[in-house]
This record gives sequence, structure tokens and C-alpha cells, in this order.
Amino acid sequence: MADTFKFELVSPERLLMSEIVAQVLVPGSEGDFTVLPLHAPVLSTLRPGVIDVVLPGGRERRIFVRAGLAEVDPESLTILAQRAVDLDDLDRDWLAQEIRNAEEDVADAQNEDVRTAAQNTLDRLRQIEEAL
Amino acid sequence: MASLKELRNRIASVKATQKITKAMQMVAAAKLRRAQEAAESARPYAERMDGVLANLSSRVTDRSGASPILVGSGKDDVHLLVVATADRGLCGGFNSNIARLAREHIRRLRADGKTVKILCVGRKGADVLKREYGELIIDTIELKEVKQIGFEHADQIGQRVLAMFGEDAFDVCTLFFSEFKSVMSQKPTAMQLIPATLPDEEDDAPEVSGATAAYEYEPEEKEILDDLLPRNVSTQIFRALLENAASEQGARMSAMDSATRNAGDMIDRLTLVYNRTRQAQITKELIEIISGAEAV
Repeated sequence: MADTFKFELVSPERLLMSEIVAQVLVPGSEGDFTVLPLHAPVLSTLRPGVIDVVLPGGRERRIFVRAGLAEVDPESLTILAQRAVDLDDLDRDWLAQEIRNAEEDVADAQNEDVRTAAQNTLDRLRQIEEAL
Repeated sequence: MASLKELRNRIASVKATQKITKAMQMVAAAKLRRAQEAAESARPYAERMDGVLANLSSRVTDRSGASPILVGSGKDDVHLLVVATADRGLCGGFNSNIARLAREHIRRLRADGKTVKILCVGRKGADVLKREYGELIIDTIELKEVKQIGFEHADQIGQRVLAMFGEDAFDVCTLFFSEFKSVMSQKPTAMQLIPATLPDEEDDAPEVSGATAAYEYEPEEKEILDDLLPRNVSTQIFRALLENAASEQGARMSAMDSATRNAGDMIDRLTLVYNRTRQAQITKELIEIISGAEAV
């Protein structure tokens, strides 16, 4: 049985990561889920959060994504992220800017659905800031 | 016949121009490589997006409740044309080709009695269209300060278009840009953004394998589709802008190449005239001296 699978992280600008990995934690919009090899095919949208990638040697990489889509099938996982930043490169200024933007989104929201979505985004960003 | 001094000045000025066009050509060549790389590295995202959308739309068979971005607003009265051109000139027929395609489109739409609105991206296209259709242009977005087009720029335009669509400001949105075929050829293209033309409707997408049919969707197919469609608008604009950037540099490179060659030809011709004039003058002076000596 295979103990690794192919993981690709794609942003609109370029292919950010294409590697053989052991497991990936994905922040799905309906809840986080961990993808292991031979995972059942799933298509899920993402909420802002951290992807936790475990490489075969046990090394980890954590990447922050801002909205996107994950496509899982038994041999591979593809994440289309609208924005992705390696957590090591993520600095507080940038995050603070993101939080300000999210606050504006909440303030500008014209209906309840949009406001809830924006509020969720904001909450997530605040959590991440605390975790740093 | 121009005097020697005038000729010398002209040769010097053509030489200076040639140096400039040569430098511009080399700069364009370097930028072209970067723009091409950017366009290529953006391809995986767009391709996967197409794949997922095709997959989804084939699953969502009930179109009645689908997002208006996919099915349209049910009318066909107001057309929004997003015309993407360059902010700089001196790139051959690049800007005018896009503007011409847009103009033909406008003429056809107006003949059919539709209302047309224009959103210009890039100053040059706006300059051309302003003369004839100034009153139709609602705004011009300039990307002059931008060195490398990022997704956020395309996203801004996308959000703007979607906001207008949300306010019912138009029914059909078409994007005009130049497709990058090769350094020598760029093809002005019109692409309908809203209602979205999905890949499987345009051409037969390679049949997805049986396994994909068994996807589990989280949340529901329709919700994912609704989430994805607005993003797809930005993605398409992003792709168009990148293609445009590569095309612009390609067009400028070949335009500047021929300008440099023309300047070379002109210098050769002028040098020939200069030398002839110089020799004629020497001969004339000699004749004067000799005939003067003979007369004594």
C-alpha cells in the first residue's frame, strides 16, 4: 500500500509546490480534514487557514492559504489557492494588513450572508495572528 | 540639394534614433521573456480551474437555480466591453488591432439596437476609442505603475465587473485582449466573460475518467460552483492581462526591430547622398580653379 501521494499547490501566478508527501491537513470550509494516501475523492472549498504538509521524512511545512479549492483523489491532492504564503515567510505586518482588509469587508458587507462570510474570515485571521 | 552640413545633421539624428529603437528592442526582448514566463506559470491554475468547472457544471444539471454569472441575467440589452490594451505606444499595431476589433463589435451591437458600455484597461485603447465612442466609456483603469501584473490587479477589475453585474448595470460582458501566438503574431480576441462560457461548452474537453464522477462535494456542488464562478472571472481577466503583456512586448520587439532596420537603410541612403554631394563640391571647386588658371 502506498504511503505517499502527490501534492500540488497552485496559485493564480504559478505552481508553488509539487511534491510527494505523506499527509496534508486541509482547512476545508466545512471543517478541517487530513488527507492520507488513498483518500476518497473529495472536492471542497477552503477557508482561510493553514495547510499542514508532512513530507515523507517527517519534515513539516506549513503554508497559509486565503480561500481556494481542494481536489482530492486517491493518488493526488491539488489545492487551488487564491493566495498562499509559507508560514515562515508570513510576517505580522502583512497579516495585520489582511485583518484590516477583512474588517473593511465586514463593514462593507451588504447582506447577511456576505457579512457572515467576511466575519468568519476575520475570525480565522485573528486566530492565526494569535498562533504566531 | 541639401547642404553638406544639413546632411551631416540628418545622419547624426537618424543614428541617434536608431540607437534608441535598438535599445527599446532589447528591453522589449528581455521583458518579453519575463512576460512569457509569467503567462506560462499561470497556466496550471487556469487549466485546473477549467477542469473543475467543467466537471462541476456537468454535475449541476438543474440550471434554473444556477448563478446568474453562468446563465446570464435573462436579457441581452446592455453589453459591457472590457477592452484591455497597453499603457504605452510604440508597439506596432498592437493597440490599434485590439481597438479595431472592439470597434467592429460596438458597431455591430449598436446596429442591433443594444446599449454598449466600455471599460478600458490600459490608456492607449481608451485614447483610440475616446474619439468615436467617448460617451460610452465608463472608466479607464491604468496599470502603468505596475511592473509585473499580479493576480490582485486582475482581481480588482474582476470585482468591479462583478459589482456592476450585481447592480444589474449590464447583461453580457465581453473581454477584448490580444492572444499571444508567437513573437511575430498576436491575435486580437474577444472572449465572453458573463454569462460564462465553460470549457465543455466551447470545445469537447477531454473526457474525465470514471473516477472523477464519484467525487464527494463539500459543500454542495451548486455552492462550490457559485463560489468558483466569480473567481473564474478574475482568473480569466488575469490570464488575458498576462497574454496581453506578452503580446505587447512581442509586438514592440518586432516593431522596434523593423524600425532599427529602416533607420539603418536610411543612414546608408543619406551617407550615399552625402558622399556624392561632397565629391560634386570638390569637383566644382577644381573646375573653378582650373578654369581660373586657364583664363590667365
